[in-house]
This record gives sequence, C-alpha cells and structure tokens, in this order.
Amino acid sequence: MTIEISDKTYDEEFVKKVEDISGENFHKCMQCGTCSGGCPMIEHMDIPPRRIMILTHFGLKDEVICSKTAWICATCNACSVRCPRGIELTKVMEAIRQLTLRKNINYVEPSAISEETIADLPQIALVSCFRKHTS
Amino acid sequence: MKISYYPGCTLKTKAKNMDHPGIAALKALGVELVELPRWNCCGAVFSLADDDLLHLLAPVRDLIRVVEQGDNKLVVACSMCYNTLARANLLMQENSEKRHTINTFMEEERDYNGEVEVVHLLSFLRDEIGWEKIRESIKVPLKGLKIAPYYGCTLLRPQSVAIEPPEKRTLFKDLLETLGATVVDFPASNDCCSSYQILSNPDVGIEAVSKILESAESWGADAIVTSCPLCEYNLGKRQEDALKKHDTLKELPTFYFTQLLALALGLGAEVCKFELNYNGATRLMESKNFLTVV
Repeated sequence: MTIEISDKTYDEEFVKKVEDISGENFHKCMQCGTCSGGCPMIEHMDIPPRRIMILTHFGLKDEVICSKTAWICATCNACSVRCPRGIELTKVMEAIRQLTLRKNINYVEPSAISEETIADLPQIALVSCFRKHTS
Repeated sequence: MKISYYPGCTLKTKAKNMDHPGIAALKALGVELVELPRWNCCGAVFSLADDDLLHLLAPVRDLIRVVEQGDNKLVVACSMCYNTLARANLLMQENSEKRHTINTFMEEERDYNGEVEVVHLLSFLRDEIGWEKIRESIKVPLKGLKIAPYYGCTLLRPQSVAIEPPEKRTLFKDLLETLGATVVDFPASNDCCSSYQILSNPDVGIEAVSKILESAESWGADAIVTSCPLCEYNLGKRQEDALKKHDTLKELPTFYFTQLLALALGLGAEVCKFELNYNGATRLMESKNFLTVV
C-alpha cells in the first residue's frame, strides 16, 4: 500500500498531542518490528504496531485514529519491554485511544452490556475495560 | 507477624477462592494478613496517559491508608492490583512534580512520598516466610500434580515492578516445587490472556485464551495456576468458549496459587473453595487423592 507523505498530509497538532499525552519519544523508532513480532494480538490488528509508530511519526492522523489496532491492544506491555529503543508503545497506544475518548466517544458502551454479562464478569474486567475503552 | 493486606474488589466478591485460602494459609504459616481499613478500588489498571493524574488518586489513597496504620509494607495478592499500586507508588517516589500536584490536590489527606513498600504475596512467601518454612509445614504434598505456572502480564511487566527478572523467572516454580508438585514450564507462561478485551472484543479474547491452553496442554500440564482473577476468569470460565471453538483442546482446570498453598498445608477443600473454580477443579483434586487425605 502506497501512502502519500507531504506537508499537506502531516498533521502537526496530532503529532504534538500524541507526544504530550504519551510522554514518549516515538520518533526514535527505528522500524525493527520487534513490537509487531512479539505482539500476542497482532493477528487481530489491521495495522501492526511497528507501522502505527511510523504513521504517527509522519502525522498521518486519519490512518492511525481510524485503525482498530489501539483498541485491540490489551496493554500487556510485551512490546514495551522488548523495544530496543526503549519506547513504551503502550503509552503511545493509550494516547491514540485518548484522542478519541476525550471527544466523549466510547469504544465500549457500558449501558449496552447485558445484566448477565455484568453478573458473570469479575469486577476487575469491568473496571479495567471501562478505564481503557470509555471516556 | 501482622502485615497490612490489600484484597481489592474482585477478591472480596468473585475471587473469594483466592482471598480465603490465602488468608488461611498465611495464618497457618504464622502471619496475620490484616485487611487495610477503608481501602478503595485501585483502578485495576495503571494510568498510562502522561497528563492523567486523576486516576492516580485512588491507588495513592490506598497507600496513605497504610501509612496511617503506622505500617510501611502492603501485601497484595491480585496481580492487577499489585501492578497498579506498585506503579503508582513508584511514580510518587520518583516524580517530584507529579507528587507535589497530587499531594496538593488531596488537601484532606496527609502528604505521601512513597514510603510504603508494595509487595506481591508470591514475593512475600519467598522473602519473608521462605521455602524452607513452607516445606516444613506441608501436610499434603501435591505429588503427581503436573502444573503450569501462568504469570500473565502484570507480575513481570514493566520491569520496574516485576516480581523477578522475566528472563529467569523461578518464583512460581520454586513455590510449586516446595508444595511437592511437578512444574510444567510452558512457553505461553507470560503471554497475554487478553485481559479486559474479553469484554470489548470477546472473539480476540477467546483466541488468546485458546493459544495459552493449547500450549499448556501440549507441554503435559494437568492444570494451570495463576495469581490474577482476570486471568483465572479468562482461562477458566471462558475456557468453555475456547473448547467450543477448538475441538483439539481438552478441559484444563485453573487454580489460584493460594488454593494450592492452602491445600498443601492441609487446610482442606472447605478453605480452598474449589467449587468456585471452573472446569473440573474439584474432580482433578479428588482424582489425585488430595482431598481424601485430610
């Protein structure tokens, strides 16, 4: 897939926001792919974590925000502990999720969860899911 | 010996089979786990957004409760609570700017500077009680039980709060061998069980669970042991969904380490509450004659 990169496609505000919310310097990613190679959720993602890093670096907001990758990430930290550049990718994924959640858009709608599911789940499943996937 | 204990919300409700045997086992080993007064939910996950201090208030409040008790150590059994409390504690120790903001914001609380040590119950067993003492107290050795220790994510990652170096993890193994069990060290031991994705993206969750079960089974495990109620739910109760999807998988009981410890210490099925586990937990223990010996 060819992606056009130019000053017209570079969304500076998006890059700055991901930098600020994540607190991570993802620009130092050298595209080695260790994150994608060790990600237990990779087969369910539309864009591998390695590619999310470079797309974010190039300020391609729509590709990153519309991808389901950050929503499939379970924050297991396998990528972060293996990254040879010391980037905490889980914080970058958090920032990407936050850009949507902070617009009051939920990924999971608590009111749509059935009573049976709520009764069945352990509390930490509900609390952690709401923390990660609701605004 | 008395020590402050943080049970967390799930151990008081869905995971009583982790909480009760843990308290009883420690009592048998001469330690009283004293439940922290006025504890609140830690938030289950550590806040990863750099500008989000609000979600640090809950775990920091819990740590302040420990100081109020005149204590400087907090034992946590649940892996997710441990991770959240330990990381919040680390931040309060290392980041003076955020510490100042949080302390100023919580005007009604005393200032907190990271004075408390957050310890996982597994580390406590190794460091404060010791394998020797546990070995001497064993009444029902778990002989012939081939068990796969499942660490999951939050005991080992990130490295700053890991209970031991991930590349040479031995804690679970040492505990299980002390209890007389045979350890099955399997490759998916610290893979992710999908955590909260079981609610957001259940299909993704079931695939992650299936891979872990498949790995443990192929290495010859009779059962899996864990220290996280969400791992136990995903690998245990949701195993039914994995079995429906993959007919090559076999039923594989899941246990909390506190249950195996209590069982080996001779505290019996009533304390261990195997009926709250899923998928043949009691059946497996009966077939190994661990329940009839007591």
